[in-house]
Amino acid sequence: MDINPILLLAALMVASTPILLAAIGELVVERSGVLNLGVEGMMIVGAVCGYIAGHSSGNPYLGFVGAAAAGAALSLIFAVLTQFLLTNQVATGLGLTMFGLGLSSLIGQGAKGSPDLTVSKLHIPLLADIPVVGPILFQHDVMVYLSVAIVAGVWAFLKYSRAGLILRAVGENHDAAHALGYNVRAVRVLAIMFGGACAGLAGAYISLVRVPQWIDGITAGAGWIALAIVVFASWKPWRLIAGAYLFGGVTVLQLNLQAEGLKIPVEYLSMAPYLATIVVLVMIRAGRAPASLGKSFHPST
Amino acid sequence: MLRLEKRPQPSKNWSYGAPLLAVVLTIILGMGLFAILGKDPVIAIKTIFWDPVFGQFAHFYRPEVVKKAAPLVLIAVGLSFGFRAGIWNIGAEGQYIIGAICGAGVALAVYPYDTRWVLFPLMIVAGALGGFLWAMIPALLRVFFKTNEILVSLMLVYVAEVLIKAFSIGLLRNPEGYGMPGSRNLRQYPAAANLDLISGTGFHWGALTAVFAVVVAYVMFTRHQFGFNVRLAGQSPRAAGFAGVNANKLIIVCLGLSGAMAGLAGLFEVAGPSGQILGSFPSYYGFTAIIVAFLGRLNPIGILLAGLLMALTYIGGQAAEAQLNLPSAAILTFQGMLLFCLLAVDVLTNYRFKIGKAEVR
Repeated sequence: MDINPILLLAALMVASTPILLAAIGELVVERSGVLNLGVEGMMIVGAVCGYIAGHSSGNPYLGFVGAAAAGAALSLIFAVLTQFLLTNQVATGLGLTMFGLGLSSLIGQGAKGSPDLTVSKLHIPLLADIPVVGPILFQHDVMVYLSVAIVAGVWAFLKYSRAGLILRAVGENHDAAHALGYNVRAVRVLAIMFGGACAGLAGAYISLVRVPQWIDGITAGAGWIALAIVVFASWKPWRLIAGAYLFGGVTVLQLNLQAEGLKIPVEYLSMAPYLATIVVLVMIRAGRAPASLGKSFHPST
Repeated sequence: MLRLEKRPQPSKNWSYGAPLLAVVLTIILGMGLFAILGKDPVIAIKTIFWDPVFGQFAHFYRPEVVKKAAPLVLIAVGLSFGFRAGIWNIGAEGQYIIGAICGAGVALAVYPYDTRWVLFPLMIVAGALGGFLWAMIPALLRVFFKTNEILVSLMLVYVAEVLIKAFSIGLLRNPEGYGMPGSRNLRQYPAAANLDLISGTGFHWGALTAVFAVVVAYVMFTRHQFGFNVRLAGQSPRAAGFAGVNANKLIIVCLGLSGAMAGLAGLFEVAGPSGQILGSFPSYYGFTAIIVAFLGRLNPIGILLAGLLMALTYIGGQAAEAQLNLPSAAILTFQGMLLFCLLAVDVLTNYRFKIGKAEVR
C-alpha cells in the first residue's frame, strides 16, 4: 500500500466540493420550509450548461456563471409549481430530477469541449508553501474556497441578518410569518432559486473540474448524497463541511483502493459512498427539522 | 388579479378531468419540445401516440405496450399504498433489481431442473421476498432509528445497480457464455421462462399479476379496513393515531408491500422480456412507476390506465427514435413534463381560480 495521505486529503477537498455546494443551497431551501428533491436534476443541468458555456466561451468562470443561471432557471419551475400551484413537493422534486436528467442529455448531445480549458489552481502565497498543510489546503482552485465561503456566508446570513431571521421564521411557521406580514411565497421562491444556483455550480464543478468532461448521468447520485448531508448536518451550515468532507473522503479512498488493486472487487468498493450515507443517517440522530418543512402554504387558511 | 380560492369540497368533475387536461397540456408542450428539436411536431406526436396502437404496424407494437405496462402498473399499485399513507418509497427501482436477482438466482442455481410447476412458483416467491427484504431495510431503519426512508431507499438503488453488475460478471455469469457478461437466458430455459400466456399478445404472467393487483388494491381501498387506515394515516396522522392505527406497523406493511410487488415485477421482467441478469437490466421502471402512480391519482384503476399510457410513450418513443431520429432523452424529458403538468392541474380539484382582488378579512 502506498497511498500518499497528502494527495489523498487534497483530492478529498476536490471530491467534496460539488456535494458541499449542492448541500449548502439545499440547506437554505429547507430552512425556508421547502423540500426540493430535485437537486440531482438541477445539478446535472448545471453540469451540462456549465460545460457548454465554459467551452464555447473559453472561460471556465463564465461556465460557472452559466451553470448557476441554468440551475436557478430550472428551480423556478419547481418554485412556480410548489408555491403557486401548491403541488406536492416530494413528487414535484422527483419530477424535476427526471426532467433534468432528460433535458441535460438533450442539451449535451454533441457537446464538444477543448482539452486545454482548465480551471487554474491558486497558489496562495506563503500558506501554500507550508509543508503538508500547504498542498492539502492551500493549492486548490477558486471554487473550493468559494464553496467554503458560501457556507460561511449562509451561516452569517441565517444567524446575524434580519432577512435570515425572516427566512427561518417562514420555515418554522409559515402561518405565523404570514400573519406578521411577511411574504412567505417570495421568501421561498428566492430560497429555491438560491438552491438551484448552488446546485448548478455544483454540477459545473463536476463537469469542468472534477471529471472534467460531459457524459450522460455524470452526477451519479451526488445530488441525493447532498440531500442526505443536509439531514446529517441537522440543518446547520458548518456541520455540512464535516459531512461533505466525510463523504468526499469515502469516495476518494474507495477510488484509491481500487487503483491499488485491493482484494475487494471494484464493484463492492463503489457501493461505499452510498452505504456510508445510510450508516451516517442511522448513526446521527437528525436534529429538529424546520417545522414547516415540506408543507404547502396557501394564504387563505 | 388572478387568485386561488379553496373549494369547500374537492371537485368531483375536476378529479377526473384534471388528468385528461394534463395529458392534453403535455402533448402541447411536447410538440413545442419536438419542434425545437427540429422534428415535425404533429408527426412526432402521431408516431408516439397513434401509430403504435392504430397504425400499420400496430400488431407489432401492441404486445410491446402490454409488456412495458405490466411492470409499471405492478410497481405503481404497490407504491400507491405508501404514497397515500405519506410513506415515500423512492427506491422501487432497487427492489425491482433485487427481486430479479433473487428470482433468477433460484432458477440458475438449480439449472437445468425442469419441473415447471415447482420451479416457477419458487422463483415468484424468491422475487417477491427479495424485493420485500430490500424494502425492509428503509422500513426498519425508519421504525427503529427514525431514518428518512426517502434517502435510504434511494441510496439502495445505487447499491442494487452495483450488485447486479457484479452478479452479471461474477456469481450468475453464464458458464457457457464464452466469458461474456450476463447470465444464462431464462427465456431459453422452459421451466423458468415467463412467456406470453396467449402467444403474440405480450400478456405474460406479470401482466396477469398486475391486473390481479389492480383488482385487489381497488377492493382494499374501497371496502377494507386496511385501505381506510392507509388513507386516514395520509390525511391526518394524528387522527389515525387516535383511531388505533399503529404508525410503525403501517410503515412496515406499506414499504414491504411495495417492495414485494416491485420484486415481483423484476422477476417477471428478468424471466420474460429481458431474459438475462445483465448490467443493463435496470431500466428505470421503478422511477417511472412513481409518475404512473401520480398520473393515476393513486387510484388502482387510474394506475392501470396511466401505466398503459406511459408504456405507450416508451414504445412510441422508440418508434420515433427509429423513424424520426428523435433522441431517447427527449422521451425522458417528455415524461418529466407529463408529471409536472399533472401535478399542476391538480390544483383545480381543490382550488378554483377567481378574478379580482381578495377582500380583506
